[in-house]
Amino acid sequence: MSKLKLKLSFDKDCVTKPVIYELVKKYDVMTNILSANIEYGNRGNMILEIKGKEENLSLTLEYFKSLNIKYEIYAEAILWDESKCINCGSCTAVCPTQALTMGKDDLLHFDKDKCVVCQLCINACPIRIISVEL
Amino acid sequence: MFKYIITLISREGVCDKEKTCRIKGIMRTIAEINEKIKKGKAVVVTAEEVIDIVQEKSYKKAYETIDVVTTGTFGPMCSSGVFINFGHSNPPIRMQSILLNDVCAYGGLAAVDTYIGATEVSQKRGMEYGGGHVIEDLIAGKDIKLHALSSGTDCYPRKEILTTINKDNINQAYMFNPRNAYQNYPAATNSTNKTIYTYMGTLLPNYGNITYSTSGELSPLLNDPYLRTIGVGTRIFLGGGVGYVAWQGTQHKVDVERSANGIPLVHAATLAVIGDIKGMSTEYVRGAVFDKYGVTLFVGVGVPIPVLDEEMLKYVSVKNSEIYTKLVDKSGNVNIDKKYNYAELRSGTVKFNGKAVHTAPLSSLDVARKIACTLKEWINRGTFELTEKVADLPCESVVHPLEIREIK
Repeated sequence: MSKLKLKLSFDKDCVTKPVIYELVKKYDVMTNILSANIEYGNRGNMILEIKGKEENLSLTLEYFKSLNIKYEIYAEAILWDESKCINCGSCTAVCPTQALTMGKDDLLHFDKDKCVVCQLCINACPIRIISVEL
Repeated sequence: MFKYIITLISREGVCDKEKTCRIKGIMRTIAEINEKIKKGKAVVVTAEEVIDIVQEKSYKKAYETIDVVTTGTFGPMCSSGVFINFGHSNPPIRMQSILLNDVCAYGGLAAVDTYIGATEVSQKRGMEYGGGHVIEDLIAGKDIKLHALSSGTDCYPRKEILTTINKDNINQAYMFNPRNAYQNYPAATNSTNKTIYTYMGTLLPNYGNITYSTSGELSPLLNDPYLRTIGVGTRIFLGGGVGYVAWQGTQHKVDVERSANGIPLVHAATLAVIGDIKGMSTEYVRGAVFDKYGVTLFVGVGVPIPVLDEEMLKYVSVKNSEIYTKLVDKSGNVNIDKKYNYAELRSGTVKFNGKAVHTAPLSSLDVARKIACTLKEWINRGTFELTEKVADLPCESVVHPLEIREIK
């Protein structure tokens, strides 16, 4: 079982297509929509996590290409410089998956497994100590 | 009743109630507390610790033991800056246009005096670096590039200077912040369908999140809601060093809507504070950027509150669940009639319009706690004594809007 985190952007031609349904039905992949912003009949983007057999994940990417859906694979990881952190919590305001949270100890906690590398926290950090590692 | 007391204090110096309390011996004075501090016998606790103590003992018993309660806050405070005197070069210059690490500092003071404000942005790096960062770098002891121009005068012939300065080779460098330590502040959200970028952080569309900025039960002015003990001349913790309350802060307002416990529901009192940056630490002063908004400065402020009587003890033992703040739509479109207490906001989610909305803080409770603990340690060591205020902060004040008038 392999896993991919993707950022999809699609135009008005495929906004009306049941893409997620096809993924499940045709390619037997488990889908988890982490964030979606779709303007029906116009365009949209989505952060999607897919799990399945490696060959099926490749077929999924082929399928996206055939539909002209642009995708980026999140191969990066978020780097948080804990030693410089002031634990203000500003980054937690924008984190869509609760990977960044304030703990009971009032310190910032970062759960790498929950992170989808959407990178929203990078600019939300007022002291600029979050970056992306390629 | 509280207003009545405040009025009496400001008019006559000491209110009738305080006179009665002193006669009965159920009130302590700052002088008495300082005597205890000198002998190492003062009992000092933080504004968080006092809550548990009061719960275990009665107010009366807790009052008998506790002399001072320390507070702290560490949040973004835009109205902050530093006065600097550079010293004179040979030949001398009367600086008119001044850049510190490419950030503009004020050129309208005497020859080598300036004021660098926290929110000024770099002429080369834009919003990513600004006055707040210059101040942090100065406190860190780093070399700062100074570039100044002048038209030249008979007594100040030099027209340009390019050099580096640091906190050890300049003369005075003192922080003077026109507005710090806001007594409460409304929580923020966004009613529009687009993300907005504000000084209250990034606010997601359709009420997608709520941000708030306070240290709540640890916050200086929330522990003395009617400013009984805090006034001009109050000695405080500022940025890791010792500072003073200089004046009322800008937009200081006391005649506001309050909960039954006296805590304002919206922005209210503010402090103008002053302190030498040479005693400060970057642990408590940090330059910051609010995305697509601008530069600011995180400032650490801590105020010691003398527990003069049982009433003061009640104020300092206020807890997050008793401190409410209003929710405001930062896009300015919707008038929201909703308030939350800080225990709810700190839980991470609150209910709004029937939905669970994620909440996020903007000020660091962890550092606020360190400030209250440091101040406690200073007092326990006998290196920090309390001061009697020299004058009250105004107990009546109005914040005027800026009218757009026709120029005649």
